[in-house]
Amino acid sequence: MTGGSGVDREQRCVVVGASMGGLRAAEAVRKAGFTGEITVIGDEPHMPYNRPPLSKDALLGSTGAADLAFRVPRAAQDVRWRLGERVIAADLAARTVTLDNGDTLDWAGLVVATGLSPRRVPIPGPLAGRHVIRTLDDIAALRRELTPGGRLVVIGAGFIGCEVAAVARGFGLEVDIVAPEPVPIERPLGAELGSALRQRHEAHGVRFHLGRLPVRFEGPDRVTSVVLDDGTELAADAVIEAVGCVPNTGWLQGNGLDLSDGVLCDNLLRVQGRPDVVACGDIARFPNLLFDEVPRRVEHWTMVTDTAKKAGNTLGRHLIGADPDPVPFAPIPSFWSDQYDLRLQSFGAVGLGAEDVRVLEGDLDDEVAVGYHRGGHLVGVVLIGMAARYQHYRALIADCAALAAAEA
Amino acid sequence: MRITVDLNKCQDHGQCVFSAPSVFALDDQGKLSFRAETTGSKYTSADLDESLRDDVEEAADACPLQAIMVEG
Repeated sequence: MTGGSGVDREQRCVVVGASMGGLRAAEAVRKAGFTGEITVIGDEPHMPYNRPPLSKDALLGSTGAADLAFRVPRAAQDVRWRLGERVIAADLAARTVTLDNGDTLDWAGLVVATGLSPRRVPIPGPLAGRHVIRTLDDIAALRRELTPGGRLVVIGAGFIGCEVAAVARGFGLEVDIVAPEPVPIERPLGAELGSALRQRHEAHGVRFHLGRLPVRFEGPDRVTSVVLDDGTELAADAVIEAVGCVPNTGWLQGNGLDLSDGVLCDNLLRVQGRPDVVACGDIARFPNLLFDEVPRRVEHWTMVTDTAKKAGNTLGRHLIGADPDPVPFAPIPSFWSDQYDLRLQSFGAVGLGAEDVRVLEGDLDDEVAVGYHRGGHLVGVVLIGMAARYQHYRALIADCAALAAAEA
Repeated sequence: MRITVDLNKCQDHGQCVFSAPSVFALDDQGKLSFRAETTGSKYTSADLDESLRDDVEEAADACPLQAIMVEG
């Protein structure tokens, strides 16, 4: 089938990826004035849902798809959803996408919103009992294998690994964390704050195996233990692999795009200058003019909505023949992490200031504000607790980043 | 147009304050200010001016816990 449902290509916008970015981009295309068909294609069977709770309180609770689903806003009520279908190829010259069932859809505008997939740990051993945390189906599979008192090995000591460990301890599981770095969440938080977080986890009974690599999984037909490079063998009823993610760009190959780290975009989220192709969310590598002109991917929840609205607006205006909004795109990144009763909140670009980390106020063992600096300027802040200081530090980041960008 | 906030879902992240500062505020403890004036788990605003729609819709989108509803 070509064309699909008889709609003229000039009247169709295709959004590939049906998560938060796809939803928000579709809404923004419509709000920009595009009146044609908008089709959103996603490989999960679910309507768009909120992912951060998956590694937090939803992980081992009873939270389901309905609890996490986003409301579909008024402007996106007439969007066509093709869920459980995967786009396997795009031809940007012919302006088509091809689905795994063989369907081809023409488009006048394309939104790239396919996000990331978890990286897997490439070591030998049985596959059963190994999990990642990215989708509703992932956590459903994990829940089936864990009961209180069970033994969980987490590979990876980043945010997801640490959040998962905290939830698992609360659920009554034995938890071991294995990671090659010497300090949890060393990147981007830095050694001092990472060490402070390690102590908090250890106080809750988490066992760390840092500076260690897993070398194989043992077990007859499913994982029963994880062997480390120093010979340590950790018993496991389940393993969670939390070792980062890779952008889902395979379907875009063959179009001459720079896919070296996500999809390269300009400041308006246009993919390599094409007004009819935009990208948003974790997969978009774009310059944030709040800091400088270097394109970067940002895996922060708030950035998905920010980029999707911008990308959708850019594309929607193109589709109705209007110029793009000339206001430079300079969103303030922020993220949060919940571990035990701790709320960790960040504003700005912590990673850009990892060489110059200073405690701004408070105490690393208690509530604290940590500043990350580049060229002497504050570019990022991480708060532990300090809820009453959110507004102060977010405003400060906006001011300081503007100063730093002016000097860059 | 009104907004409602599910105060059981809300975890006082404060993203709404940045999106719609004339509607949302955190108190000096860092808690959503509506908590102090609400009995029960759901805050419902008075009628809001239509000029605030973009701001409150942005706040609803930006809420990490998706606790804000824009009605009408």
